[in-house]
Amino acid sequence: MATRHSRSAARLMMAPAVILLLGWMLVPLTMTLYFSFKKYLPMRGGDLGWVGFDNFVRFVSSSAFWPSVTATLTLVLGVLVITVILGILIALLLDQPMWGQGVVRIMVIAPFFVMPTVSALVWKNIMMDPINGFLGHLTRAVGLQPVDWLSQASMPAITLIVSWEWLPFATLILLTALQSLDREQLEAAEMDGAGPFARFFFIMIPHLARAITVVILIQTIFLLSIFAEIFVTTGGAFGTKTLTYLIYQRVVESQNIGLGSAGGIYAVILANIVAIFLMRIVGKNLEA
Amino acid sequence: MARAVTTRRKTVNTALAWMVAVIIFFPILWIVVLSFKTEGDAIKAPLEVLSAPWTVESYAVVQERSDYIKHFSNSLILSLGSTFLGLLVAVPAAWSMAFVPSRRTKDILMWMLSTKMLPAVGVLYPIYLLFIELGLLDTRVGLVIVLMLINLPIIVWMLYTYFREIPGEILEAARMDGAGLRQEILYVLTPMAVPGIASTVLLNVILAWNEAFWTLILTAANAGPLTAFIASYSSPEGLFYAKLSAASTMAIAPILILGWFSQKQLVRGLTFGAVK
Repeated sequence: MATRHSRSAARLMMAPAVILLLGWMLVPLTMTLYFSFKKYLPMRGGDLGWVGFDNFVRFVSSSAFWPSVTATLTLVLGVLVITVILGILIALLLDQPMWGQGVVRIMVIAPFFVMPTVSALVWKNIMMDPINGFLGHLTRAVGLQPVDWLSQASMPAITLIVSWEWLPFATLILLTALQSLDREQLEAAEMDGAGPFARFFFIMIPHLARAITVVILIQTIFLLSIFAEIFVTTGGAFGTKTLTYLIYQRVVESQNIGLGSAGGIYAVILANIVAIFLMRIVGKNLEA
Repeated sequence: MARAVTTRRKTVNTALAWMVAVIIFFPILWIVVLSFKTEGDAIKAPLEVLSAPWTVESYAVVQERSDYIKHFSNSLILSLGSTFLGLLVAVPAAWSMAFVPSRRTKDILMWMLSTKMLPAVGVLYPIYLLFIELGLLDTRVGLVIVLMLINLPIIVWMLYTYFREIPGEILEAARMDGAGLRQEILYVLTPMAVPGIASTVLLNVILAWNEAFWTLILTAANAGPLTAFIASYSSPEGLFYAKLSAASTMAIAPILILGWFSQKQLVRGLTFGAVK
């Protein structure tokens, strides 16, 4: 029943947000696309002309490319597996009646609010340092040789740090979804003789399926662009150079803008593939 | 019929849950402990650390040595500034999409969401270049704008999902009673929208406070917020555990407190309404 007048007013009110986001998306992306077809070295000669798809070919054929893909996949999949499995278990636990539920919940969620540079540095030094770190003290106390996590087991170490940051997110969302589960359905199943495992796999998991999908998709998007955690711990050394970090090094450290931009375009395409699936789920929800 | 819970089961749950919670929370707990110790004591074995005397020395050192106040106020300005600017742009947009939806509303919302998924590293150099050209490198203004833009889709989405829950009939009733558009927004809509706006502000302050890509790349000594300040501890000189702990505690404390209040909003805001 909106009038023509309110329609044009509505369009006017939407305009600033749309224009800003359009500019934010189009201007830099067009520039990245432009640079990706150029040989452009600001420190060594500047703009050296068009090179076609050369940068795209060189980015994927460089010796650093496949290791970075492996590192990215290891990190993303590792964190997803850890956070989803532990997230489900912890959400199930927190859903049970207990004393001090509020405090428990706050403690479990807290890591999500810690800024990435703090989590990374605290884990690197205060927890994982082989000499003075907490884990170092602990391993020595039980008579074992402490591990220099970030150089000897760098990928597991970073996966652990990032999982610690994201476990609260997974737990919180799965817990929210779990709480919307119809209790009577569970009780009916129990009366029909379904054991705890049957109830878990045939009622809870199907009910959580959507929330799990959302957790996986949203985390994937954020995990693909993990930066600070690597920046302040290993600086990309010891096999922890992810795709994001490789592009950062190409652009900022070696100042090879063309090559880095081609990498950036690959990253955009990769993120879009994930995004399409996420958008489909969110879009479905919008209709309801 | 609620199921009777045996006390024994509740005790087991409680013990298990507290154990899990303490393990997860431990690193935060430990830096708070270390921040009140001397540097010499902070690197000792855990039990010796606990029995060592307490002191606020590290807090004093962090304050005077590294301009902590400046970085803290930068964080404050960046997160509040970007959130406020974002609201200014997003409230009208979300309002119009929620109350005057058109055929394209859904597409616009989905498109806004897609801009949030653009990986930052894909536009790293252009933004860097634009910042140099416009003289925005290492300025608070530049970062406020970038942080506003990266969080704008979330602000619009959150407001939209809240506004959509306000029944349209109330607005119609106000209109029937002769309220103009301005009065309608001011006296009817705003009071009902305040909780939603407050939640949105909360979540966005948290996200902006913790942002650690652009704040690390686009700042130096001048506009760097706490994320950048803490990152400078990654190349430490000598003993620094207690100072790192004190600086970290101060950097995360405000957000931890805000976080307590925003658990529900977190779910809604970060899943774009897909999980409520």
